[in-house]
Amino acid sequence: MTILLSGIKKLYQIGDQEVAALDGIDLHIKKGEFTALMGPSGSGKSTLMNILGCLDRPTVGSYKLDGEEVAQLGDDALAITRNKKIGFVFQNFNLLSRISAWENVALPLVYAGVGKKERMEKAAYFLDAVGLGPRKDHQPNELSGGQRQRVAIARALVNDPRIIMADEPTGNLDTKSSTEIMSIFSKLHEEGKTIILVTHEPEVATYASRQLLLRDGKITRDEGKGVVMDVV
Amino acid sequence: MLFSESVRIALTALFANKLRSILTMLGIIIGVGAVIAMVSVGMGVRQQVQTSIASLGSNMLIVSPGSSSSGGLRGAAGSNVKLKYEDSEAIKNKIKNIDYVSPTVSNSYQIVNGNQNWNSTVQGVTPDFMAIRSLTVGTGSFITTTDLNSRNRVAVIGTTVATNLFGTSNPVGQNIRVNNAPYKVIGVLESKGQSSVGQDQDDVVIVPLTTAQERLMGITYVKSINIQVSDANKMDQVQNEIEILLRQRHQIVGDKEDDFTVRNLTSLMQTMTETTTMITLLLASIAAISLVVGGIGIMNIMMVSVTERTREIGIRKALGATFQNIMIQFLIESVVIGVIGGAIGILFGCLASMAIAKFGNFATVITAAPILLSFFFSVGIGLFFGIYPARKAALLDPIEALRYE
Repeated sequence: MTILLSGIKKLYQIGDQEVAALDGIDLHIKKGEFTALMGPSGSGKSTLMNILGCLDRPTVGSYKLDGEEVAQLGDDALAITRNKKIGFVFQNFNLLSRISAWENVALPLVYAGVGKKERMEKAAYFLDAVGLGPRKDHQPNELSGGQRQRVAIARALVNDPRIIMADEPTGNLDTKSSTEIMSIFSKLHEEGKTIILVTHEPEVATYASRQLLLRDGKITRDEGKGVVMDVV
Repeated sequence: MLFSESVRIALTALFANKLRSILTMLGIIIGVGAVIAMVSVGMGVRQQVQTSIASLGSNMLIVSPGSSSSGGLRGAAGSNVKLKYEDSEAIKNKIKNIDYVSPTVSNSYQIVNGNQNWNSTVQGVTPDFMAIRSLTVGTGSFITTTDLNSRNRVAVIGTTVATNLFGTSNPVGQNIRVNNAPYKVIGVLESKGQSSVGQDQDDVVIVPLTTAQERLMGITYVKSINIQVSDANKMDQVQNEIEILLRQRHQIVGDKEDDFTVRNLTSLMQTMTETTTMITLLLASIAAISLVVGGIGIMNIMMVSVTERTREIGIRKALGATFQNIMIQFLIESVVIGVIGGAIGILFGCLASMAIAKFGNFATVITAAPILLSFFFSVGIGLFFGIYPARKAALLDPIEALRYE
């Protein structure tokens, strides 16, 4: 198994009211699944995404990632977990603007303590894989939106993570680039990567093999591989 | 993460904001430069004061006879008559690191020229006296070894004596009567004015030591022996050697008391050293303030830099940077500002010091200590003032930081 969430709650104190952004999430995502996480804004999908991506901790509940309990790890332990097991692709790319594409791709390897020669080789390999080999020395502002997102995908893949977390990866892209990016995700899925995709566009979600619908901090629908399960 | 990688990231960030980095460094450059220039001026003052005080006799040892005692009755200090001219010759010949040895006798006499008379101190001295007291002869000449050996009745007089006895006419070549015996005036000293204790240094008649002892005073001993040591640091050593030599010559053995005392002007030296050290410290601390101000400049810019790069920090954290990684990255940035600023500051400080020496016509002294100290201080300042901003960066919440616009 890859991801096992049980009884996850995330509570926020607003004034003297306690608001539950996530209200008891139980979720099991198997290795190799391509899951789309959908829901209107305010449904808690960003919060769930942050917890799944080890950027945040749940207030209560258990999160087993690769069999290891990570729900209440310290900041540094979470950072190391992110570095080793999770690759992020963000809506606004989140590339460092002052360094070249290959340096951006190699960044997770810097924090993993990999030597420079190996970093260069790996970064070049993954840039080739997303079709940006010839542009590896360009800075992000010299690349188009679709190209930037491909750099971000290469960066997400470079440290061979267990999960790829993609948060609205096509949100800032035109239709053509969106299609290109989604086809890369489909290819990665075929290669056996576990992908979690957060989106509010149904067309994008159709690339996924499993769709989760979140509403008011709860999973209200979970359908995948033709099997429709209404949770509530 | 590798340390060299952190340095590379920091340098990249500094290069990306060249003007800002240089302006930030300017604070440190001015601070370090000021410390080095000011300390070099202070050291220059110290050296100058040291030379001028040395001319007053800071490295002087004074041997005077001890008190006499007979049957348990002790006389006043100096009443003992065992210190001889031969003792001073022995000191001159046997002890190293000595520039001049000057034995003296002195007494008050009436000096007469024609119908004018004046009471003054007559000092019997050797030719070394002139050098040891930094005297210069205005007209005529000083006492020579020949005068000393033949016990000539010659005298060199101070300007006060000259004015009182001769008015405006030239005394050289004329005769004066000291204690009713005629002495030929061979020179007039240049005026030295009052001493620090209010004594008129020009009211003096100088005659050869042997003449004073045998023809004027009828004594065989000397009142004191002044010794100028060549190196102020060898004072204690020389003093010790003189004590041993004189005990030998006076056949004082075991724990019997010395029949002489050797004194030095250590207190004067100490005051001088304290004063000049204070001057140097004062100048250095004024300069150090600008170094601290430079440090606050670093902190200010680092705070701006952290805020500006919140998103970058968020990205780095999301990709696995730990607290330590971010902390080190920003600390190195501020330390690099300190190191480069310090290095350039050393250069500017040395140049400024040389410029002061050249255009101010004033000897400045550049030593390694203030250079090293202010360099490490500036690195320390970079480190110290970098800690808070770096910590602030490292503690950023990755979710908040990624959301930052």
